[in-house]
Amino acid sequence: MQGLIDRLSALLSDGTVARVLGWKKGDMPYNPEPHMFETAESLKDFVYDGFCGANLSKMMIEASKLEGKTAVCLKPCDSYSFNQLIREHRVDRENAYIIGVGCRGKLDIDKARANGIKGIEEVSGTELDGPDSVSFKTIYGDKEMSYSDLLLGRCHVCKGKEHMIYDELWGESKDTADSERFDEVKALEAMSPAERFEFFKKELSKCIRCNACRNVCPACSCRKCAFDNNNFDSQQKANVDSFEEKMFHIIRAFHVAGRCTDCGECSRVCPEGIPLHLFNRKFIKDIDELYGEFQAGKDPEAQSPLTDYTFEDCEPGIVAERSNG
Amino acid sequence: MPMTENGEFRPLIVAFCCNWCSYAGADLAGSSRLSYPADVKIIRVPCSGRVNPMFILRAFERGADGVIICGCHPGDCHYTSGNYFARRRMTLLFSMLDYIGVENGRTRVEWVSAAEGAKFSATMNEFVEKIKSLGENVRLGDLRCKD
Ligand code: SF4
Ligand code: SF4
Ligand code: SF4
Ligand code: FES
Repeated sequence: MQGLIDRLSALLSDGTVARVLGWKKGDMPYNPEPHMFETAESLKDFVYDGFCGANLSKMMIEASKLEGKTAVCLKPCDSYSFNQLIREHRVDRENAYIIGVGCRGKLDIDKARANGIKGIEEVSGTELDGPDSVSFKTIYGDKEMSYSDLLLGRCHVCKGKEHMIYDELWGESKDTADSERFDEVKALEAMSPAERFEFFKKELSKCIRCNACRNVCPACSCRKCAFDNNNFDSQQKANVDSFEEKMFHIIRAFHVAGRCTDCGECSRVCPEGIPLHLFNRKFIKDIDELYGEFQAGKDPEAQSPLTDYTFEDCEPGIVAERSNG
Repeated sequence: MPMTENGEFRPLIVAFCCNWCSYAGADLAGSSRLSYPADVKIIRVPCSGRVNPMFILRAFERGADGVIICGCHPGDCHYTSGNYFARRRMTLLFSMLDYIGVENGRTRVEWVSAAEGAKFSATMNEFVEKIKSLGENVRLGDLRCKD
């Protein structure tokens, strides 16, 4: 990590960039937070470890409006989001200096908790070139867990460790994909419609409408969101409208269909643990099967399948042929 | 569940009809004295491409048992390509609805021209029969209610 900090401070000192968008140590060893570093000195708090799951690409929308270039650290999956934001004219490529940082998967602290690891004081072994197991110092004694058992769900279906866009690369990546991307969607498709309704009802009923999923989503970059209250100019206030309240997840999933890169941030941040990716991934699977394989963010020039059509497109009746109910 | 006097299920069906084709087709069905069930509530839209997916979600949230969208035949859209965009959107939306538990038979798209009064009436009759056979829909408005 020191090598990365040295490189970033050199970029700041020689004037290549005016600031650095990275992650800063949090109040707990497992919650670093996105931060804009303005000086080389402040980089002493910079951190890049297994808990840096946060995708910084969306913050480049605001950073693009600032004077001078911003250096931004992007993991391989984040680079898809950045490309998609270029496609939607939301970020300025010229104002970004992209450090493609290596990745060996990011960690989910809830997996440690579920394994009985609580009262965590210190964590070690999560750095990029660290060991295969993570050590926890807790108020109840020392614990250990393998790095791979702690991975976020999205890392098990990683799209690959290649950066789609960058100015320079830092660090060695390790492959983490060991599951099929669409297995969870297929398992749901195999259920009966009534079982599916119960499944989604159970999951969505947990939602507290904190809007974290929307706020973190790089595809949710609308200047005025359909879910902001128009009577007040404030963000994050859910419209007091039972329709939007109840259909929020489906509407949002449809809004980002064809633009969602499957970065997995929505599921990562949901405080209720709702598997939101199951909606987006269903759209991705359908698009792949019906209109040809499409990965949002792979190519910043590519036309989104939902703003496109062909004369030969299938008729909506195909849904009945493909479904079990 | 709404019933007729003889105990038959009366579904609530919403039909979004394009002004330039199927809405005129419905008119022609009327003037040709072809009937279609009163369970179908027609909402006129300027083009099938105007049908925002939210309209369909809203109809289901408010208790619709089936939703049908009728537009100009591919190639005949008054605005050139509205129905081509609608075709993709509706395919993906219907698939999503099916995925969350609204059976696929409850959603349909039909291309009906202004000259096809008979097709309009036959389509509606057939769709109502299909919905009757599926029975009452899940209550999409309950998607976020713990019980
Ligand atoms: S919907 Fe979720 S997975 Fe898709 S881009 Fe947004 S945060 Fe990422
Ligand atoms: S929910 Fe829809 S309107 Fe709101 S930011 Fe996301 S895409 Fe835009
Ligand atoms: S992050 Fe989770 S709880 Fe918050 S609004 Fe999204 S789905 Fe609901
Ligand atoms: S005008 Fe009828 S579908 Fe577009």
